Amino acid sequence: MPDFNKPHALTDVPLHYCPGCTHGIVHRLVAEVIDEMEIEGDTIGICPVGCSVMAYDYFNCDMIEAAHGRAPAVATGVKRANPDKFVFTYQGDGDLAAIGTAETVHAATRGENITVIFINNTTYGMTGGQMAPTTLPGQVTQTTPYGRNTDIEGFPVKVCEILSQVSGVALAERVTVTDPANIRKAKAAIRKGFEFQKNKQGFSLIEVLSTCPTNWGKSPVESLEWLKENMIPYFPLGVYKEGAIR
Amino acid sequence: MSKMIVEFDTCKGCGLCTTACPKKIVEIQHEKLNKKGYYTAVCIDNDACIACTMCAMMCPECAIIIRGGEK
Amino acid sequence: MERMLMKGNEALAESAIRAGCKCFFGYPITPQTEISAYMAKRMPKVGGVFLQAESEIAAINMVYGCASSGIRCMTSSSSPGISLKGEGVSYIAGSDLPAVIVNVMRGGPGLGGIQPSQSDYWQATRALGHGDFQIIVYAPSSVQEMADYMGKAFDMADKFRMPALILADGLLGQMMEPVVFEDKEIKMSDASEKPWATNGHGNKRPHNIVNSLYLQADELEQYNVERFKRYEKVKEELPELESYLCDDAEIVVAAYGSVARIAKAAVEQARAEGIKAGLARPITLYPYPEKELKTACKTAKKVLVTEMSMGQMVDDVRLALECRLPVEFFGRTGGVVPKPSEILAKIKEMKGAE
Repeated sequence: MPDFNKPHALTDVPLHYCPGCTHGIVHRLVAEVIDEMEIEGDTIGICPVGCSVMAYDYFNCDMIEAAHGRAPAVATGVKRANPDKFVFTYQGDGDLAAIGTAETVHAATRGENITVIFINNTTYGMTGGQMAPTTLPGQVTQTTPYGRNTDIEGFPVKVCEILSQVSGVALAERVTVTDPANIRKAKAAIRKGFEFQKNKQGFSLIEVLSTCPTNWGKSPVESLEWLKENMIPYFPLGVYKEGAIR
Repeated sequence: MSKMIVEFDTCKGCGLCTTACPKKIVEIQHEKLNKKGYYTAVCIDNDACIACTMCAMMCPECAIIIRGGEK
Repeated sequence: MERMLMKGNEALAESAIRAGCKCFFGYPITPQTEISAYMAKRMPKVGGVFLQAESEIAAINMVYGCASSGIRCMTSSSSPGISLKGEGVSYIAGSDLPAVIVNVMRGGPGLGGIQPSQSDYWQATRALGHGDFQIIVYAPSSVQEMADYMGKAFDMADKFRMPALILADGLLGQMMEPVVFEDKEIKMSDASEKPWATNGHGNKRPHNIVNSLYLQADELEQYNVERFKRYEKVKEELPELESYLCDDAEIVVAAYGSVARIAKAAVEQARAEGIKAGLARPITLYPYPEKELKTACKTAKKVLVTEMSMGQMVDDVRLALECRLPVEFFGRTGGVVPKPSEILAKIKEMKGAE
């Protein structure tokens, strides 16, 4: 068995995330893919507002902090000027599927050669656990104290399902990081996204079902169970669209 | 030599590693707090460890490194 | 030298390309759309990038990304669209990035109208976004100046690592005049002189970060203080004002942009009628040419500010003159362009009241 080390594409700065938050796992997977493809020197990451806003300190590649929801537009600006570089965004559900819906969908329709890592944990973590566009029906949050009532607050946004209908998308895949088997699949999906980008084959988005133990009011281990029991049935894992668009 | 090495002050004691160990030999110790104020993960039976790296894969903090696996 | 007959909007676009602007990110809005149309035609021919964004917000954020990677880039819009860009401009300023924004002003507030206006002066010079920052603001007054100041805006944005705005109006954007371009090979910009750029470290340097987030109050304060020290240099180097017949003027008319041309005609008519009138035309609106304006007004007894607004630059004139001279205002707004005769009538009224 090989040794297990921290990837080079992650810095030594201690993560600010709460105990058991799966952001750290996904950061590592992205960094491992960057290491394995040996592209750290050619990669620019973009992290907009949300819990991962300070990820510019965690990745060793060049990093840009972006306004809430605007990362796909910022990524477009970087990529159009530098078409041979690798550009990824790392966005949460409020960022990507609420305030940044237009930027997400249009970067996808243009088939921008970028890779979007989309963290879906059904909540606005940074601001203390308000309803997100992906909050499940009935789920209690700070702004749905009686549970999300679909008559009032509407329904969760299913990002991979929407993007599966968008012509510019090369990859829309939903994964999770609840256990080593799923972590391997998540990493393979991220790798696939970067490979599509490398070959200039279109927009790739990897949705990662994630936990927010602090705002869910559960222990990290209970949170993994809650995710499996509640999120996966509503947001089924799998490939929603795959194939080069050019 | 221990195979599972936990960076004592990096660990946040979340326990995710304990769910991944196939040998059930990773636990959160309740004797010594680290500088962040967490009880940390430990391997309670080095001999039983097969260096499968699953605990490290689950760790959100990159606090676990694995050494001395089968060559 | 190449001499061409062009619309102001086109001259501005051509000049940007000649300044090495590699990427243009736009969104249609009247009366600036010719800039996008020109760029769409021209950029692919010169190895540049034209992209029509899904919104003004996306366009300015594309500029933010592109500028982060050290490439000269720009966006253009008209008043309501510029409001939408405010967030992005604030991020660009907060991250110390060079970029150029064009506002071809139309009447407001709200959807307003599509006729020429100067009612975004306050927005441009005071608050194009949240937070403690300023941007360089150039106010051209002819098609030739649209071209000249476009190039300068890129140079100064790079030099001071801050956004620069060309504040034009629908009149300047749409009018056609001859414009001369220097013979110069078109060369798209690269990041070679921008060591801070996030364009991939190539394993040759530590990673660069473009960011405006500072959670520690004293750290954020320090960054803002440093930025304002840079603005002091901007204030020393950049102020520009054209003064016309001001040496012995008793009434100085202060106007910028297209209104300055109308005011110039009024000043000439006043002179013909024996009134010692002059024109002071600020070219930089930030930094405001305070010293230059004072000099232009040294023989003045009264100052008249004319604008296509309800009176916005008039504040800066009063501040620059430290209220030592009576300052009056005449303006038309909503897209109505003032006539020379109206300005002349006001000059005469002021002269008569002495």
